[in-house]
Amino acid sequence: MTTPTPTGQTNKAGLTKGDYRGFPSTLCQGCGHNSIANQIITACYELDIVPENIMKFSGIGCSSKSPTYFLNRSFGFNGLHGRMASLATGALFADKNLRAIGISGDGDTASIGMGGFKHMVRRNAPIVYIVENNGVYGLTKGQFSATAEVGLNLKHQGTNQYMPVDICMEALASKATFVARSFAGDAKQVKELIKAALSHSGIAVLDIISPCVTFNNQDNAFHSYTWGKDHEAPLHEISFVPALEEIELVGEFEQGSVREVTMHDGSTIILKKLDKDYDPNDRANAFQTLENAQMNNWLLTGLIYIDTTRPTLTDIYNLVDTPLNRLTEPDLRPAPETMDKINARMF
Amino acid sequence: MVAKKIINNFSITIATVNGSGSQTANVTLLRALFKMGIPVSGKNLFPSNIQGQPTWYTIRLNKDGYTARCDGPEVVVGMNAASFTHDLASVSPGGAFFYSDDIKQPITRTDISVYPMPVKVISRAANVSPALREYISNMVYVGVLAQILGIDMVSLKQALYFHFKGKAQAVDSNFGTIDASARWAAENLKKTDPFFAQPMATKSEYIMADGNTAAALGAIYGGVQFAAWYPITPASSLAESLNIFLPQLRKKQDGKATYAVLQAEDELAAIGMAVGAGWAGLRAMTSTSGPGISLMSEYSGLAYFSEVPIVVWDVQRVGPSTGLPTRTAQADLTSTYFLGHGDTQFVILLPGSVQECFEFGWKAFDLAERLQTPVFVLSDLDLGMNQWMTKPFEYPDVPMDRGKVLWEKDLEKLAGVWARYKDVDGDGIPFRTFPGNRHPAAAYFTRGTGHDENARYTEGAENWEANMVRLKHKYDTARTMVPKPAVSNMKGSELGIIAFGSTEAAVREARDIMKKKKGLKSDFLRLRALPCTKEVFNFIQKHERIYIVEANRDSQLRQILSAVMPDQARKFRPAAHNDGLPLTANWIQDAILSQEEK
Repeated sequence: MTTPTPTGQTNKAGLTKGDYRGFPSTLCQGCGHNSIANQIITACYELDIVPENIMKFSGIGCSSKSPTYFLNRSFGFNGLHGRMASLATGALFADKNLRAIGISGDGDTASIGMGGFKHMVRRNAPIVYIVENNGVYGLTKGQFSATAEVGLNLKHQGTNQYMPVDICMEALASKATFVARSFAGDAKQVKELIKAALSHSGIAVLDIISPCVTFNNQDNAFHSYTWGKDHEAPLHEISFVPALEEIELVGEFEQGSVREVTMHDGSTIILKKLDKDYDPNDRANAFQTLENAQMNNWLLTGLIYIDTTRPTLTDIYNLVDTPLNRLTEPDLRPAPETMDKINARMF
Repeated sequence: MVAKKIINNFSITIATVNGSGSQTANVTLLRALFKMGIPVSGKNLFPSNIQGQPTWYTIRLNKDGYTARCDGPEVVVGMNAASFTHDLASVSPGGAFFYSDDIKQPITRTDISVYPMPVKVISRAANVSPALREYISNMVYVGVLAQILGIDMVSLKQALYFHFKGKAQAVDSNFGTIDASARWAAENLKKTDPFFAQPMATKSEYIMADGNTAAALGAIYGGVQFAAWYPITPASSLAESLNIFLPQLRKKQDGKATYAVLQAEDELAAIGMAVGAGWAGLRAMTSTSGPGISLMSEYSGLAYFSEVPIVVWDVQRVGPSTGLPTRTAQADLTSTYFLGHGDTQFVILLPGSVQECFEFGWKAFDLAERLQTPVFVLSDLDLGMNQWMTKPFEYPDVPMDRGKVLWEKDLEKLAGVWARYKDVDGDGIPFRTFPGNRHPAAAYFTRGTGHDENARYTEGAENWEANMVRLKHKYDTARTMVPKPAVSNMKGSELGIIAFGSTEAAVREARDIMKKKKGLKSDFLRLRALPCTKEVFNFIQKHERIYIVEANRDSQLRQILSAVMPDQARKFRPAAHNDGLPLTANWIQDAILSQEEK
């Protein structure tokens, strides 16, 4: 749980934190996914988002259960294993004013749903695509997932022999416009990245290492809390400033020690330099940085890549201003006099 | 050889190499004959190949209006050296054989008229670039056939004008070759065959179109808002037709679109997108063929269970597996009816004409949204890809039915009290809301897992069963809403025939033949939808022997009807057959008579 909000306190949308909650989690105590759900609640509350303006999607798996644990007042669809991408893609056309949050897992995205994931990425669908990545299949009791590291030992499974899929690398390769990695144990960074992702107009891929306390939390396992805490290598300290809020940097940061990314909605992502400067607009460097992290076994976190210039999936379609799902017969059925013309166009 | 003239009652097969541009020539012939007022049909028998393989196009002219594929052919055009022997042998005795004279193969038949055509010489004389010469060479046989059979030159020019969308240069160069070839034939060939095409004075109430175009137009008049698809023969041209006509019919004056069409990465995604869009309140569809239906199985089950309206067009081809991807069949009926794991029941529409492809194009959305369930429309390659004479498309005669939807004002009236899966009206159909509805009580969580009336997760045994019983009840409601069958009776007949889809023309012809030649009368029910309406039950109860005619091996409709009406199953007799070709009247009457005479 995050910092409790005093009862009755409301945000600018006139809502209390309670208006953003979901049902109680049925996942294991200590599951990283619960922490992520809480950060989504807090991020949306702090951003004054009206929950009715969000759609939630998921595939199948432990991760995909979690959309019921946040934003009860948002529509949600828990679809098929590996098929969240297509489900969300279709729904995004219904009302282009809505924001979408998709929750998937490493099995759901990097195995069965890899194709759909990469195609959703290349279309720049407007969605926050969160992968709750724990390297293991939980609901089916502890099989290796495609993100499990080589040499990982799991009870009943033996030793993993295959190379892991790097979700951020896959997203980059598919020309994602927002790629970030975080660690469920780093709640603040998760929250700030979710806020940034929600203000991004295209696809925002968040690969969040989210330990499975039941099946894959041995101290030496890449996706464990211990490993994450010991090996997290943040690219920068990230903070998100919503539109219309003053950015107070003077005196706080030394000159040249921060980067600012301005988003379409007027908000700003502030990236405070840590040991060295990192430019999240440089795609080639992003690849190289991910490669280095892999070689050195670092859990690299932060905003790896961002491009705010590409049109989104729904932009490309030049849709009418009214949400498509509010159009009625006069907009949808061509007038009767067109029928003769169409018949005349046949031979 | 003085044979009695045979007028407007024969068939022509044109043997060419695929990818050589012969389709333009063939469709030009078909359209010209149609313009002459002659009932006509054209069927393209093409290989699964881009270029270089044998392909055949069959045109049937029939003054009595029988347009099914028939045995024959009486007239054959041989343009392909590779299939020459086969093509020559295929000519019916007393028929005519036209061939390109650069094919130096022996003419072994003496019972037919033979016409060599100097295709190379004439096309070389045409004033076109060498690149276009091969295409234009196909117009040589059009011109020669026009001269020998009597096809009207004005009609040919009209057909070209239509095909080339009025582009004068293309029309002129093609027509120039047709004209030169006709003149050459007039000077050099002596007609010895008995076949004539003659204009008929029938007032043409028909248009000519293919089923995939009709389906797309129907969907547009049905208000389609979202279509996702993946390329597959023979369904691709359906989605491509959406891309042609939607910008013309459904854009606002400012150029903004009221629709979106998306080519997906595979069929899994195509239906997934349609389900997402249907769930979110759009009229959503996908179009595919059998292999795509197989891939769409899991999502179909989800849409059935979570009660999401979508329309799925299956333009059937021959399976299983890749099968014969460019040949026709009616063999996805069983797999679609039972699609998905667990207990599922799907609404299936069965268009039997191009006009009906249009009609079901819009009707399918009304049914899907009213019933909140996937609606499958089973067309086939023959109906979908071939040009058919058809009645003009008719503007929808009822307003759009968007089904039971609650918006903000509705929820205010209900004080926000509603339940997504509650059967309020006793018809098994609940109410639904769409994302974007800002009422705080509007949202619900959709899932493929067990849920209660409020869409909340439950593994409760009673909840599960009650929901499944309601879905079954909803399917019974569908029974009262789907299109009724088309029934045509002959007075005093005892025999029943049931068929569906594109076999309609062949069944109609077979019934007339059986009546004329054997005095055997029959009543005919053309099934237009599943589940069966009460008219279907009545028809079956009224007849003692019922032949079920269909283009598949296993008599799939008979299997389904036997399961639906086990007490009537003893009456059903199979007349099922599939070799990739449309059924003929001859085959149907043989199948029936051979069992009748037992």
